[in-house]
Amino acid sequence: MKHAAVSKETATAGCTRRDDFPVFADPGLVYLDSAASAQKPAVVLDAMRAFDATSYANIHRGVYALSERATAAYEGARGKVRGFLHADADREIVFTRGATEAVNLVANSFARPRLGPGDEILITHLEHHANIVPWQMVCAETGAQLRVAPINDRGDLDLDEFAALLGTHTRLVAFAHVSNALGTVNPVREMTALAHARGVPVLVDGAQAVPHLPVDVQDLDCDFYVFSGHKLYGPTGIGALYAKWEHLESMPPWQGGGDMILSVSFDKTIYAEAPRKFEAGTPNITGAVGLGAAIDYLTAIGWPAITAHEEDLEAYAEPQLAAIEGLRLIGTPAVRAGLFSFVMDGIHPHDVGTFLAADNIAVRSGHHCAQPVMERFGVPATTRASLGLYNTRADVDALVSALKRMKEFFAA
Amino acid sequence: MSDLRDLYQQLVLDHGRHPRNRRAMGACDCEKGATCCHNDGYNPLCGDKLTLYARVRDDFIEDLSFEGEGCAIFTASTSMLTEALKGRKVSEIRGILDDFLEMLTSGEKAPDPEGLGKLAVFSGVKDFPTRVKCATLPWRTLEMILEDVDQGPAQTEGDASAV
Repeated sequence: MKHAAVSKETATAGCTRRDDFPVFADPGLVYLDSAASAQKPAVVLDAMRAFDATSYANIHRGVYALSERATAAYEGARGKVRGFLHADADREIVFTRGATEAVNLVANSFARPRLGPGDEILITHLEHHANIVPWQMVCAETGAQLRVAPINDRGDLDLDEFAALLGTHTRLVAFAHVSNALGTVNPVREMTALAHARGVPVLVDGAQAVPHLPVDVQDLDCDFYVFSGHKLYGPTGIGALYAKWEHLESMPPWQGGGDMILSVSFDKTIYAEAPRKFEAGTPNITGAVGLGAAIDYLTAIGWPAITAHEEDLEAYAEPQLAAIEGLRLIGTPAVRAGLFSFVMDGIHPHDVGTFLAADNIAVRSGHHCAQPVMERFGVPATTRASLGLYNTRADVDALVSALKRMKEFFAA
Repeated sequence: MSDLRDLYQQLVLDHGRHPRNRRAMGACDCEKGATCCHNDGYNPLCGDKLTLYARVRDDFIEDLSFEGEGCAIFTASTSMLTEALKGRKVSEIRGILDDFLEMLTSGEKAPDPEGLGKLAVFSGVKDFPTRVKCATLPWRTLEMILEDVDQGPAQTEGDASAV
């Protein structure tokens, strides 16, 4: 791996945040798998450690100072998520284990009671399994049907077909803000407006979007927005559901337990108000603190710098990747965010991944939990290189150079 | 990271590019005293997928073939499996199968070059833990075939998963 030999000056066009991330103590690491999970900056690691060391206790319970501090930190993190998503109120933010649990919460608490035979849920062809399977499960239980809006050969949604599939039986629409397999950015505002014109509520899976672009749920006007902390430079096991208050108020709890009640007797239990109604049991308190710290970190950098950095890397990478003989980009969407999926003529993605790994280049090889997308493009799997704050042009150079050498290696 | 050439030896690349015996098996000969079996193997993590076909007559593997797609390690392992075992006695195969899996999974017992022959080329795979399943999938599928053969001359099918 020659990455370490590239000087800092030539390695970075504009800012690099590489030094903020302890994992790059390994100077040769080329980490291009942030779409699977992003690395954590020192400020996130430090915030979690400091919280555990000085302010940790269970929340919403003790009357002692430590518990008050812990509760304040946890609820403070909720406020940070609210600010990050530009939601109207803290009470519209429910902490979950991640985007997957948030989708399941909506499927079980919001969709299930509203569904019956003949009803439909509309998704798109570019969804992650997390935004397919929960709906299939709830459809199987209720007799509802799952409908799928098609994508074109570029990996963009067919908006006309999407509109046509919105019918009188559609009870909910769910789609990704950004595709994890193709990088496609969906026109969320337009799609939401189309659904709302028919009175259909909308869930947006923001797992791949939140690290790359500013999100304003009030501007998007979506009913639900979900994301995971670990793709946002925060820890695993924490994520959030945003939901409009009118929905949260009407939704029954999904999981029962402590912390989600006002009072319990064997005759009757009165639930707490949202969001606590949906946070049964002791939550991932330290995870929430870490997520809050990640949001602070991104906010301090600011969206103009983040998007400028990623646009520069994308513009730098795309023509070079496209020019490699035998490389086919899977997904050439009108608007791309953060990743490139590709296949190499005659070399399986799994072999590509191993070859790159030998150069200390981390990419994802596989179906990316989006098997319907793979089928749509007629490939069993792809190699995916995804970008984060810490990536540099030198990372792109390392990838391109390795891919060029790879052809020779596998020629037999 | 171990040397890539230990993983992708020339023989592996050759079989990966030009797999032998990749074809569906012809008409079933069960009525003429053979045992015809086929089993499916699938690794959902990377999409490696195969159907392994076997025709056994008088305790001999008369024919072995496969259909499927996957990475170079998987394709080469499957191709070389068919080449190495065709014509062998069923009773010999169990030992080869065990040695091959042992070579890739335990790492303690050195492969017996006499028994494994060319198949020893896969010994380097054990240093790439994420790739072991690519090499073992056809062999796990073969295990199921052997179980079917033990059960007698009825055409059977099943499914091996590398999860």
